[in-house]
Amino acid sequence: MSSDTPQVRYNDCVIRFANVNGSGSASANGMFAKALFRMGIPVATRNIFPSNIQGLPTWFEVRVSDANYLGRREGVDLMVAMNAETYTEDVASVVPGGYLLYDSSKPLAAHLKRDDIHEIGVPLAQLVLPEFSDPKQRSLFKNIVYLGVLSALLEIDFDTITGMVSAQYKGKDHLIQPNINALELGRGYAQTYLGGPLPFRVRFSDGVGDRIMVDGNTAAGLGAIYGGASVCAWYPITPSTSVAEAFEKYANQLRMDGDQRKFAIIQAEDELSAIGIVIGAAWNGARSFTATSGPGVSLMGEFLGLAYFAEIPAVLWDIQRAGPSTGMPTRTQQSDVLSAAYASHGDTKHVVLFPATPKECFEFGATSLDLADRLQTPILVLSDLELGMNDNLSEPFEWDDSRRYDRGKVLTAEQLDEVERFGRYVDLDGDGIGTRTYPGTHPDKGAFFTRGTSRDEYAVYTESPEEYHANMQRLERKWETAAKIVPKPEITNHGRKVGAIFYGTTALPMQEALDQLAEQGIEVDTMRLRAFPFSEEVFSFIEEHEEVFVIEQNRDSQMRSLLVNEGEIDPAKLVPVTYYAGLSISADFIRDSIADHYSATKRAQLTEVTR
Amino acid sequence: MTFVAKPKAHHPKLPKNELGLTRRDYEGSVSTLCAGCGHDSVSAAIVQACAELSIPPHMFAKVSGIGCSSKTPSYFLGNSHGFNSVHGRMPSVATGAKLANRELYCIGVSGDGDTASIGMGQFAHIVRRRINMLYVVDNNGTYGLTKGQFSATNDLGSTSKKGLPNLYEPIDLVSMALQLGASFVARSFSGDKRQLVPLLKAGLMHEGFAFIDVISPCVAFNNHSGSTKSYEYVRGHSESMIASDFVPPGEEITADYEPGTTETVQMPDGSKLHLNKLDADYDPHDRVAALAHVQQRAAAGEIVTGLLYVDPDATDTHEILNTIDTPLNQLNEAELCPGSDKLHSINESFR
Ligand SMILES: Cc1ncc(C[n+]2csc(CCOP(=O)(O)OP(=O)(O)O)c2C)c(N)n1
Ligand code: SF4
Ligand SMILES: [Mg+2]
Repeated sequence: MSSDTPQVRYNDCVIRFANVNGSGSASANGMFAKALFRMGIPVATRNIFPSNIQGLPTWFEVRVSDANYLGRREGVDLMVAMNAETYTEDVASVVPGGYLLYDSSKPLAAHLKRDDIHEIGVPLAQLVLPEFSDPKQRSLFKNIVYLGVLSALLEIDFDTITGMVSAQYKGKDHLIQPNINALELGRGYAQTYLGGPLPFRVRFSDGVGDRIMVDGNTAAGLGAIYGGASVCAWYPITPSTSVAEAFEKYANQLRMDGDQRKFAIIQAEDELSAIGIVIGAAWNGARSFTATSGPGVSLMGEFLGLAYFAEIPAVLWDIQRAGPSTGMPTRTQQSDVLSAAYASHGDTKHVVLFPATPKECFEFGATSLDLADRLQTPILVLSDLELGMNDNLSEPFEWDDSRRYDRGKVLTAEQLDEVERFGRYVDLDGDGIGTRTYPGTHPDKGAFFTRGTSRDEYAVYTESPEEYHANMQRLERKWETAAKIVPKPEITNHGRKVGAIFYGTTALPMQEALDQLAEQGIEVDTMRLRAFPFSEEVFSFIEEHEEVFVIEQNRDSQMRSLLVNEGEIDPAKLVPVTYYAGLSISADFIRDSIADHYSATKRAQLTEVTR
Repeated sequence: MTFVAKPKAHHPKLPKNELGLTRRDYEGSVSTLCAGCGHDSVSAAIVQACAELSIPPHMFAKVSGIGCSSKTPSYFLGNSHGFNSVHGRMPSVATGAKLANRELYCIGVSGDGDTASIGMGQFAHIVRRRINMLYVVDNNGTYGLTKGQFSATNDLGSTSKKGLPNLYEPIDLVSMALQLGASFVARSFSGDKRQLVPLLKAGLMHEGFAFIDVISPCVAFNNHSGSTKSYEYVRGHSESMIASDFVPPGEEITADYEPGTTETVQMPDGSKLHLNKLDADYDPHDRVAALAHVQQRAAAGEIVTGLLYVDPDATDTHEILNTIDTPLNQLNEAELCPGSDKLHSINESFR
């Protein structure tokens, strides 16, 4: 090990595990991240996994950052290289001066050696050989042994780790001691043979505060329960499946009446059916939702147009993955913005929400149901694999018990008695929103026929050009209402010349990128979009800045197109910054893209005058 | 065109049901289908069945896909909510509607195109799911609304109005429903009200998924001699029971024949249909025998009509899912929202 140990860096590093899918590494790696989190250190985890169940390469990356820089950072400080197949690329990804931990039971091939990194060989296979007789156990415990090695190299609190092991195997107590033995085996080896800890290490911190560590899909499923969804219909597709699974798991605990369920969940035969069930249930007054990904949204198009035109509430979670087509199904992207906003034929457009954190997934899980009922239209919530499937540090979930569901304009039997003539699509309030009734409400009032064909204000079929036109105009008025009530953007405006717009998980590396840009003299105001249609604030922000970067994770600058299209904005003003290779966008990428845009002289002008 | 609801001036002589309502109270708006269209007879039979069952009209939810047949929910039960959804997807909408409120009677109307082609997947799966509803297919062996293309229920070799033969094997929806586990399976003929009305009533009362395939001739596109879904052909090849008291101007063809007999129906254009009415001693509790019977008669060129199979101990989706008795759409916030205390301990589990 190196003797030229530089200054010690605490709680600031990137560790990446390269494993083989299905080798049991996931739980060891998860324990590693959780242990750091339990030590109060802010961490972000990223699973980079194949669309395969067993045998293909998989990576798990942990960003450790007391500064709360939890987006992806380029370069790996410590690579735990456990997959011989990917050695070449794994070795290449280590930063100069970084470390490579590998199983030295077999010597590392000469061509893999790098002069500018440190190799740490641990004979993992040999270490487990005498301890465990069963070959399957051997390979499982290898993971625990390297966890022990890491605990020594990084100075992870050992009690925290052993505590995690005990918690993990609670109920299977006979597994606890062998796991602890394996941890000690690795730790002892490191202490005896590897010298001291690395120059980057961890120590107890109060950086986490009261935050929780959870994935966005779990948050979404819980949010739907709190928001009162009683029907969920879905069709399995990565990375959305765990939304429905979380809903079911928690509903089975939280929505029971004795042994009977106060909810229904259907794994449908396909996405068309899933959204049809949601629409049928919502039409009949039950809050309902589905979760899918890009291919599912494509299939749901026709039904979404029906729900838009017939004005039926529906909530759809789209956990985006890399397209087009099946694309890279286990990689993240923000590439369904346009297909969600304009899903279906004809003049159709939809309300879209863009959560950025698990807490926001929880909130939008409930808010989307309110908005759907209020606006009587589908609400599409665009999360992505990065947010949905990775454990993210998040503010804890909150629920105000005085909060009331907004069920929108729905008439009861008593209210119907007061009405002279019920008209489903009459715009009584000038907000473009009509009045609904649920089937079975009243013996002879309030029944109407729902259809995807044109109809008049009383829901009667019509092909009258005037009636059709008036109806389309009213839908446009409703759209304006939507722009006023959807979640507002989050804006930081110091009157600078340059602005940056982003949304969803692109928010994760933003602070780090902004801080680094500021060091280079580039000061940027920011706006995190949270919903479509865009509210006034969105266009004012653009108006108030000379140049605005639109940073997103798709090739075609989809949000930029949406802004240009909906706000009639001069495209020259909106500079696209796009990353779409399937990993999450990094602070480095954002920083360099923006910095490269400005020459030295232009940079000087930027800082010269700020309003 | 706009439709005005029929005035519900109560005819003093119309018989009243247990709720004091007459058939008029179960009617819908005026049909815009072709005069003599079999689908109108099915609607009339639904009106009669619902009235005779004395179910309050607003307690129905009507759902359909797209097609002439799928338009018909407008023409019955004007005091119920209806939902004319998208082509082939009525089963999913019905599933959602029924999950939301298990107390409503759900009537789904579809066509042979809507069910046996574009909606085949959804049809198969709603049968499996056992939604407690009445699913009626107005089966005319053609795409009426798009002007007469072949549908998947057309028999091999039957001809289109233009005389072109159908080149592909037919799908028999009744056999499919039996195979997929439907707990109530029947077939009838739109013009045989004496058989159809009791079947509709039984289907509505069935506590599970009830399927009725109603052969319902299209007078515009599939009522010629080469068609096996014409009035004529069905009457001539049907094995089954009934009389019709509803005869729209001129063209509707009715069948009134006794159980166990075969009636050949002559179509205006000379085609014949052989309906075979199930014998009075036919046992409708044997799924395997039902399937065999349907196929044996089909091999003999006959269409079996009547109640083919019923499982008196049927279950439905709510039973399978073990949902509470209260309709889900009637649960209030206190019953739906777990509250902040629970959330604190959930947060704790993520630390
Ligand atoms: C997605 C879609 N594809 C095609 C159509 C056109 N279309 C309308 S009705 C119909 C066929 C209806 O046939 P069937 O269900 O047998 O009803 P019928 O009119 O014969 O009663 C078709 C193909 C459509 N409305 N939607
Ligand atoms: S086209 Fe055929 S199915 Fe359609 S209304 Fe006319 S007769 Fe009936
Ligand atoms: Mg048809």
